Amino acid sequence: MRFIFKTDYAQDIRIAKHGGHWFWYGLLLALLVAAPAFAGEYLLTQLQFIAIYSIVGFGLMLLVGFTGQVSLGHAAFLAVGAYTEGLLQAKGVPFLISLPAAALFAGATGIIVGLPALRLKGIYLAIATLAFNVIVEEIIARWEDLTGGNAGLLVKPAVLLGQAVESPAAFYYLCLALAVMVCLGMINLLRSPTGRAFVAIRDSEISASCMGVNLAKYKTLSFGLSAAITGIAGALYAHKIAFLSPEQFGLFQSIEMLTIVILGGVGFLHGAVLGAAFIIFLPQGIAIAKDWLPPGVATSGVQAVVFGLVLVGFIIFEPLGLYGRWLKIRTYLELFPFYRRGMFRRQKAYAKSERLR
Amino acid sequence: MTSNDAVRERSREEQATGSTAFFEVENLGIRFGGVRAVDGVSFALRPGEVFTIIGPNGAGKTTIFNLIGLIYPASSGRIWFDGRDLTGLAPHRIAELGIARTFQNIELFEHATVLQNLLIGRHRHRRSALWQELLFTPGVRRAELAQREAVEKVIDFLDLAHYRDSLVGGLPYGVRKVIELARALATEPRLLLLDEPSSGLNPEETDDMAFWIEDIKNDLGVTVLMVEHDMSLVARVSDRVLALNEGRPIAQGTPAEVQSHPAVIEAYLGSED
Repeated sequence: MRFIFKTDYAQDIRIAKHGGHWFWYGLLLALLVAAPAFAGEYLLTQLQFIAIYSIVGFGLMLLVGFTGQVSLGHAAFLAVGAYTEGLLQAKGVPFLISLPAAALFAGATGIIVGLPALRLKGIYLAIATLAFNVIVEEIIARWEDLTGGNAGLLVKPAVLLGQAVESPAAFYYLCLALAVMVCLGMINLLRSPTGRAFVAIRDSEISASCMGVNLAKYKTLSFGLSAAITGIAGALYAHKIAFLSPEQFGLFQSIEMLTIVILGGVGFLHGAVLGAAFIIFLPQGIAIAKDWLPPGVATSGVQAVVFGLVLVGFIIFEPLGLYGRWLKIRTYLELFPFYRRGMFRRQKAYAKSERLR
Repeated sequence: MTSNDAVRERSREEQATGSTAFFEVENLGIRFGGVRAVDGVSFALRPGEVFTIIGPNGAGKTTIFNLIGLIYPASSGRIWFDGRDLTGLAPHRIAELGIARTFQNIELFEHATVLQNLLIGRHRHRRSALWQELLFTPGVRRAELAQREAVEKVIDFLDLAHYRDSLVGGLPYGVRKVIELARALATEPRLLLLDEPSSGLNPEETDDMAFWIEDIKNDLGVTVLMVEHDMSLVARVSDRVLALNEGRPIAQGTPAEVQSHPAVIEAYLGSED
């Protein structure tokens, strides 16, 4: 077990708290940077997807995990980001301008959705955001002049500093760099007053407000930031898939995005990445498992069923997600043999604040 | 500022607002349907005193706190703080003006450490813009260290160093009560509202609480408005007491005066006939 002797207040706001952090995260980053040298094209594509979905996870984690607001409509922000990027790219706008534009436009949409959400909580908020998702999907399908409707929209490779980002390795580095930047931004936010205000809203709205946190402002801000980050992911998604159509951004996509956050571990940044990796590798795992199943069972419905079962299983048996499981294992090893079963039991994150109303 | 200026400043405020008291509640009332939970309550606080509101259960004490905290909109009356009318402001503005409160049933951030809880108390002293925080600029870093130092002062003051990094959810009730007090102090309030600071505490912890309240008044010079049941605590720390019954004020004065007031005895024990 590691003991950290604190001699300086600055120690508590450092990103890497001790040498172990430097070593392991450094090693991870080195491996990720070196990946194109040893990974095949298939694995590289998976890594690109994990980076993109990690950004999605970060965005949604900010809203669901740290501010305690549910959203079942985040695919809509992904769509806004993706279509903004696709349309600007078609007009020849360089990536360095179209990417911030996609983020800003998605963020503005998020703020518009966030405003009515100020009056809604829990399941009602989920339904409202779900309705928003359906509206956006419908708009994209109907506005054929702009989006190409159900016929879809082709997206060319990104043009970065005059160079088309075409090779898998180059696009991989683009995704990785953006994922790391978003991650650092999130870490910084969470160790600043704004991040603390978000967490305060999640834990107890009434006392957050009594500490001077403007609930309306911070909830809207959280929606906006979350949507903007999802918009960045949407822009990368557009280039990755290269073909956008409305049905890619339906309810199932939203649920998949929420699954990233819940499987990974609500309230942990690590959770976003773990959840993204899980979501990407799960279909592969199912495909491999299919070979072992009797022929009659291996039809197309298996993936959705497994998906649902995994989600329900996690919510019931591992509410802290994959990262929570890792924390438990680590604590078990550190404290062996003194680990107790109830050590990680928690109250529901957003059921409590409704007491005084 | 010369004394003349101060006088002129004050008279200008008087014209603009109508109250010169440090904190004043004027004819405050609220109705829930047909029930007048609070009705015609008026009192004024002097800077640096401990003022306690007592009364039997259901007398409307906590409701007054929620009215001052703007959690309920008042049906009638005015609340003045420093010459400013508080009625109609958003709830978070109260903290920004320098009023902090604790809750009867402890409303802490359970999933956070004691330190993180107290840092939220520093929210009204933040200065950074969002983009600075996203980049964690040197300015934000300096500000964070300054906030930490301010919080450490409160930790020292209330003797919480032992619990600094523990999760609040796992701490005993008595300690959490002190942490809530600490979080309120971390905002550096000028007026502190304490809702039953001794509820759920054993006699020894209540004794400590009385000690903290005296310290807050004498060392920090913070004015305290308190709702309390424990009469020994009230008598020990309060400068003045207001007794309520069924939402209406029945007596006001020093603790001894109020305790022996016939209306108060009747409210608590009932009359003879």
